[in-house]
Amino acid sequence: MDSHLLRDLKKLLGQDAVLDKKEDLLLYEYDGSVEVARPNCVVFPRTTAQVLKIVQLANEHNTPVVGRGAGTGLSGGALARHGGILIVFSRMNRILTIDVKNQRAVVQPGVVNSDLSAAVADAGLHFAPDPSSQKACTIGGNVAENSGGPHTLAYGVTTNHILALEVVLPTGELIRIGSQSLDSPGYDLTGLFVGSEGTIGLATEITVKLTRLPESVKTLLAIFDSIDDATETVADITARGITPAACEMLDGWTLRAIEDYVHAGFPLDSGAVLLIDVDGLREAVESQAEGVADVCRVHHAREVRVARDAAERDLLWKGRKNAFGAVGRLSPTYYVQDGVIPRTKLPATLRRINEIGKKYGFDIGNIFHAGDGNLHPIILFDARDEDQFRRAVATSDEIISFCIEMGGSITGEHGVGMEKDRLMPLLFSEADLDLMRRVRDVFNPKGLLNPGKILPSSKSCGEIHVRPLPVAGAPPA
Amino acid sequence: MSAGTKTAAARFADIVGDTHSVQDSASLAAYTIDARQPSVAVRPGSSEQVAEIVKRASVERLAIVPVGARTKLAIGLPPRQYDIALDLTRLNRIIAYDPDDLTLSVEAGVTLRELAKVLAEHRQLLPLAVPFFDRATVGGTIASGVDSPLRQYYGTARDYVRGIEFVTGEGTPAKSGGRVVKNVTGYDLHKLMIGALGTLGVITKINFRTFPSPFETRAFVANFDTAERALAMRALVARSPVTPITMEIFSPGTADLLYSAPPAQIERHAIAPGLISNDSWSLTSGVAGTAQTLDRCEAEFRQMASQTGALGTTVLGPDQIPGVFGRKREFIPIALASSSAATILKVSVLPSRMKDALAEIAGAARNNSLRWAAMARGVGIIYAALLPDSLGDDWCARTVRTANQIQVSVARAEGHGTIPWCPSEWKSSLSVWGADPSDLPQMRALKAVFDPHGILSPGRFVGGI
Repeated sequence: MDSHLLRDLKKLLGQDAVLDKKEDLLLYEYDGSVEVARPNCVVFPRTTAQVLKIVQLANEHNTPVVGRGAGTGLSGGALARHGGILIVFSRMNRILTIDVKNQRAVVQPGVVNSDLSAAVADAGLHFAPDPSSQKACTIGGNVAENSGGPHTLAYGVTTNHILALEVVLPTGELIRIGSQSLDSPGYDLTGLFVGSEGTIGLATEITVKLTRLPESVKTLLAIFDSIDDATETVADITARGITPAACEMLDGWTLRAIEDYVHAGFPLDSGAVLLIDVDGLREAVESQAEGVADVCRVHHAREVRVARDAAERDLLWKGRKNAFGAVGRLSPTYYVQDGVIPRTKLPATLRRINEIGKKYGFDIGNIFHAGDGNLHPIILFDARDEDQFRRAVATSDEIISFCIEMGGSITGEHGVGMEKDRLMPLLFSEADLDLMRRVRDVFNPKGLLNPGKILPSSKSCGEIHVRPLPVAGAPPA
Repeated sequence: MSAGTKTAAARFADIVGDTHSVQDSASLAAYTIDARQPSVAVRPGSSEQVAEIVKRASVERLAIVPVGARTKLAIGLPPRQYDIALDLTRLNRIIAYDPDDLTLSVEAGVTLRELAKVLAEHRQLLPLAVPFFDRATVGGTIASGVDSPLRQYYGTARDYVRGIEFVTGEGTPAKSGGRVVKNVTGYDLHKLMIGALGTLGVITKINFRTFPSPFETRAFVANFDTAERALAMRALVARSPVTPITMEIFSPGTADLLYSAPPAQIERHAIAPGLISNDSWSLTSGVAGTAQTLDRCEAEFRQMASQTGALGTTVLGPDQIPGVFGRKREFIPIALASSSAATILKVSVLPSRMKDALAEIAGAARNNSLRWAAMARGVGIIYAALLPDSLGDDWCARTVRTANQIQVSVARAEGHGTIPWCPSEWKSSLSVWGADPSDLPQMRALKAVFDPHGILSPGRFVGGI
């Protein structure tokens, strides 16, 4: 890296806010995915003015810049694919204002997701997006990736909760988009920005909507002998006019892995369980819980448990949220997919995933947001073995192709990043991608901000490339 | 329009067939926008035809305005150039509807009425209860960005549109998003299309997430002697565990409008006399759920109403709800029908600032001796109808002064005020889109990407885009 640039960065930010030694950079090669890419240096700004200046310096030196929150991402979005400066927002972690009356908060990008909810809990509010990594991941990262979580079925994903942004553009300009009040006149740039995976700007201030905490929550665990029964239950719950706050499914294989680790009380011999939250007014929750339990029984649930108190509820959810940690104990590496399918296609898709796993010789666990058809198949493999790695990638690609055949999508909440950019042509035409590219270039004309993400760099039409060997993953959403 | 256009018009007939290419002046009058009439109206039967028409128009630099049922063409500035009305009403197929997946995919010309019927068969809904509901198409609704009383609970189109297919200003079919309920693949270009007034692309197909219909609903009307008290109740509801599906406050004077004979396109559901009174502020709110839940909500509402000093509270049964809901949905057409020069301001502020905004509206209208009425949504959106007696110059001047005063004051309070409806003749005097937003340069740059020759609805949008 240019020594002048490094010197300027240190002068701007101080010695303690710039890392450039190889051993320091190692930690920043990774995120929660299987991708690896090393930045040339890592910087920790404290103010918007510093971010602006960093981007201006990067422009002068024609050096790539990549934003990063906690590094829990699952598609390589916060990795410096082509090197350059990695801007880590962990020191911009202040909640700037909380406006209880209007249910708004303004935060810096490095604020941890669950810290914001904790800060407003006394006022009976929370920040609704709840990725499984919420105790670590940052709101800036949530904005970049348009993160989801188990409760998005009822509460929506990040984009539904963002009102306005202060953004440093890759050209070194500072702009404000959206507003505190609703329906800003003009194009919905906030809607474009959220989920743009850090490729069109760096959010330095984020205005979010806060959501009222429900009066009452009930968590049900329904135990099934067959996955098909569990799946049919999900569709039937909607047919009864009930939208659960969350509706998660875990297959038997995953259950056993979790139970061994978390001891959440999951039955070891079942085919699948549904973990369902209903929330709202006490009266509504009572009747919805009964309704859900009825549907489960109609579809041959062996048992329906209702968590008796908050402690039991937390234990059941702990099992779900730590699922990937549990799986991590079983295998040196795992690969989590994020395909989406119309949820009625769940039984067929699960059967197919099972077949694909057998074909390539892998155990595949299934854990997913059943309510919205967002799958997270987990492929266990050993990345140190090059052959296994190739087979894992092939397995994953075959699963994704099947999701697309079913009318689905390649990612529901993890993002495209550098992991699935090559798959984009399976969903989008060259014209679609060209338009997206030109939209990106409006903001990022020199391609200095987070290069090599989302859009395939060449017209590879989804052909499969073997990537560098990955390392073990971290807990995903 | 240039001399060569007539042949161009004939060539559009080549694409869509003679019967779907309208050139006679009498028929074209129906496509008038701000006193401007196009040279031709073409009615494509497929998205391929849409692409072909736009491509040809792009080559010949002919300006297009996409239209549906033409109920909301008054929104926006007059088109800078208007050669072709691209009538999408023949694109009226429901392409796919999978109730169990909560997904719906429709062509732009499908009417909301038709959609509601199909969804109701599966006890589902799309929360687009927008003005001109009986005629409006789904494409026009999305492109114009109008909102619905149901946004209180369900949010706006940006929250449940899952993907859009469109044709760019160069005639290239493109898309973003997908069909499934959850998806983060690629840039959300469809968010840009919502409310863009057809300036970025011609919407041909829209994918939605649908919602299960509530089993039962109940609604309440509480009358207050001041706006402050009505808003205090709004704030109490917001802090309560009750999650209403609608919440609107009507200003005094609204009763005159609501009880007057509604325009023909509006459902004729009567509302009980005296329900909404001319000299009080009326908060109306609807809730959904089981009977037990509704009973609880009712008890909470009564308590909150009495706590905030309501003059009276009425609980509406199933026979009364459609009348009140319909009037909330159709507030704008009702106001438009009550004055030939009706001017509708849309004011957006933080909920805590609605009191000041309403006071400003009342004060400005009073100072200029203008009749007015307002409907304020609980989320912080106020529709203020200024109702001059005529199109006369004096009335214009008073309306302009009133609107300006409101817009300036709202902007100072970090809000914004636009004028979605007003007489065409007054558009040059009024600030239709309010002050230019600070991110206008980025908006212009995006427009240049989607429509490099500036042929799509030119000049109608924010900043003259």
